[in-house]
Amino acid sequence: MSLLQVLRLSAFYGSFQALFDVSLEAAEGETIAVIGANGAGKTTCLRAIAGVLPVPAETVRFAGDLVGGRPAHDLVARGVVMVPEGRRIFPSLTVEENLRVGAYRDRPGPWTLARVYDLFPVLAERRHQPGPNLSGGEQQMLAIGRGLMANPRLLLVDEISLGLAPVVVRGLYRVLRTIAAEGTTTLVVDQDVSQIMELAQRVYCFRKGVVSLEGRPADLTRARLAAAYFGM
Amino acid sequence: MTVAWVDTIVQGLLLGGLYALFATGLSLIFGVMRIVNLAHGDLSILAAFLAVVAVESLGLHPFVALVLVVPLMAALGYGLQTLVLNRLLGQGILPPILVTFGLSIIIQNALLEVFSADSRRLNPGGIETASVALGGQLAVGWLPLITLAVAVAILVGLQALIGRLAVGRAFRATSDDQEAAELMGIDNRRLYGLAMALSLGIVAVAGVFLGIRTTFTFASGPDRLLFAFEAVIIGGLGSLWGTLVGGAVLGVAQTVGAKLSPGWGVLTGHLVFLAVLLLRPQGLFAKARRVA
Amino acid sequence: MLAALVSLPVWGDASTMRILVEFIALLGLAQMWNLLAGYAGLVSIGQQAYVGLGGYALIVLADDLGANPFLAVPLAGLVTAALSLPTAALVFRFRGGYFAVGTWAIAEVYRLLIANTPALGRGSGRTLKAVFPLARESREVTTYLLALAIGVTTLIAVYLVLRSRHGLGLMAIRDSEPGSETLGIDVFRTKLAVYVGVAFGTGVTGALIYLNLLRISPDAAFSINWTAYPIFIAVIGGLGTLEGPLVGTALFFLVREGLSDHGAWYMILLGALAVGVMLVYPRGLWGLVASRWDLHVFPIQRRVRR
Repeated sequence: MSLLQVLRLSAFYGSFQALFDVSLEAAEGETIAVIGANGAGKTTCLRAIAGVLPVPAETVRFAGDLVGGRPAHDLVARGVVMVPEGRRIFPSLTVEENLRVGAYRDRPGPWTLARVYDLFPVLAERRHQPGPNLSGGEQQMLAIGRGLMANPRLLLVDEISLGLAPVVVRGLYRVLRTIAAEGTTTLVVDQDVSQIMELAQRVYCFRKGVVSLEGRPADLTRARLAAAYFGM
Repeated sequence: MTVAWVDTIVQGLLLGGLYALFATGLSLIFGVMRIVNLAHGDLSILAAFLAVVAVESLGLHPFVALVLVVPLMAALGYGLQTLVLNRLLGQGILPPILVTFGLSIIIQNALLEVFSADSRRLNPGGIETASVALGGQLAVGWLPLITLAVAVAILVGLQALIGRLAVGRAFRATSDDQEAAELMGIDNRRLYGLAMALSLGIVAVAGVFLGIRTTFTFASGPDRLLFAFEAVIIGGLGSLWGTLVGGAVLGVAQTVGAKLSPGWGVLTGHLVFLAVLLLRPQGLFAKARRVA
Repeated sequence: MLAALVSLPVWGDASTMRILVEFIALLGLAQMWNLLAGYAGLVSIGQQAYVGLGGYALIVLADDLGANPFLAVPLAGLVTAALSLPTAALVFRFRGGYFAVGTWAIAEVYRLLIANTPALGRGSGRTLKAVFPLARESREVTTYLLALAIGVTTLIAVYLVLRSRHGLGLMAIRDSEPGSETLGIDVFRTKLAVYVGVAFGTGVTGALIYLNLLRISPDAAFSINWTAYPIFIAVIGGLGTLEGPLVGTALFFLVREGLSDHGAWYMILLGALAVGVMLVYPRGLWGLVASRWDLHVFPIQRRVRR
């Protein structure tokens, strides 16, 4: 049934409250879109799921277990893998080494180095180059490939299109479609609404730390979206 | 006359091998965890004293004692990091400095209590006086040669580990971006324990070789730290082979200085270090993006 | 209490005065280190450089240059402060743990330079001869009163600095360097000013110590203990508070009296206490007291009124 459940999560940075009683869920195999303006709380929510943000155990349930507050490396072992905002490629490592690090936990699954290179031929070409040599779009590909190497059950992609040209972003969404076709549950955060609405089965819109709208893309009009996004 | 100078320089280069051993452990944990272990030198002396115990109570040759001392010190390093130093993560730079400084003082005084102020030495059964002739009146001791060989071997091994093995990739990734490394499934705390274990294992080797080469006391630790530090800075942060060069430069500076005037050996090393700091602060082979 | 202290020479004995001079000296060193590390965030393990330099400056000023030995104490502080400038030029190239080791390397350089200088007595050191003409009692009383004056002045000075605009700047830097830079605080100059000021205070204290001891040698004057004691005192007492060093110094003397025959054990105990404090309750003894009972002997906080 539900692979992931976020249950009434309130999150804080020090004394600043970033999330107010947020709930969302994703069924196995679904692709979920999380949209919203800057500072709405999308990244905070993903970080809580991925284990980077300390939260109460009962606020995040994955594959039946209460995993809130567990460290990130533990979540990865369970199959929750995050492609972080800003890519965060390791500058001291080559492209291939970056990919190999993704497989640190040796989780079994369909994704191998060879398959990732099939998916992203440009990475194969540049396999021995240092990570920072890549363009923004290529680094995003590397970051996604690195996440795939962990053979995730749930893939979290944070701000996939940030700083990238539209043609590059279209290519990335094609890749996401391929990944989704494999059956990987995916949660994608994007400020660019247009592409993500075509990909996702369901969408959550965040505004100022709360979920302002949820539903199937087909059921949501532009007007309702704009209202939920901007609060007009 | 020139032979005497060449001999001095060669002695300095070989001494550099020993310094590189001390420096490697220090720069490894700074690279991975950004911690300067102020007890680094004292831990090497602890290893030397442990070797003394092994030699005196079990009748072992000092080189054989390494087999006992190195794993023991590595385990101590893992414990120190995971039980004590990991608790200070995220609290800034002050706590690790203060805690390792406190440990340094504790270790020195504990060694004083247990072993008294007597100076000790490890006896390797004759090898310390054996030498090999290099031709033209120049002879080099076997011990310094072996020390240098061991230092190079350890450096090669470490380079291979960091460059090729998964754990080495994990070290580099964690050093780059701690949080992103966790997102890869890397358990930073255990990794730091491993790094510290490696560091103390290497520094144990250094301590035993030091104890064979010269006499030492409970108070010999701090100078080891200082020379290790100077070798790292001269060589340049982030470069393992730079550490070897840094050790060599320091060693030569000290032997040449001592030859010019007996009280000036160590001081000349310090002055060369300061000069490098003034003129080329990033060191001779700097690779790291970050400064200390 | 101040009156009692000032009148001590009348009703107390020489050994009490000596102990109090020692107390004031250690307190001074601890306060200086506390200012440097607890407020400016500069962790130095090389402060013994300035203790030694202050002591030797005293000897040179009083014996070689004919200055009044008591006036030479603050003068020695000035000499030390002057020497701290080129030192800072070198050592400020480092940060964090490497800064700490760098300060110590410099202290070693000073020690070795002096130990190799014949005019300064080389390894065996020198004796302060300028006080010989004085009767012993009057020398001891003057030393004591000088120490008292220095102690009180230091306390007031540190308090005023921390209450002033500069003090706020210091605490801002301690809490967040990048943040304070955006507020227009010149981080480098503030840190340098603190470093030099602390060097002055440490130099004065070093001169005072050797005015009291009369005999100086490189190994003693540049001993790591002149850094270890203040660090342990400041950490155990409470880093970053004004009262911490007072509490810490008192504890230090208590422990020393209790374990006086077991030199190594009391260092082990102090070290273990300091480590324990950092691990378990970093705010130290005074931090514990202050937070429990909201006590402040030297109020330097500013409260926001709602």
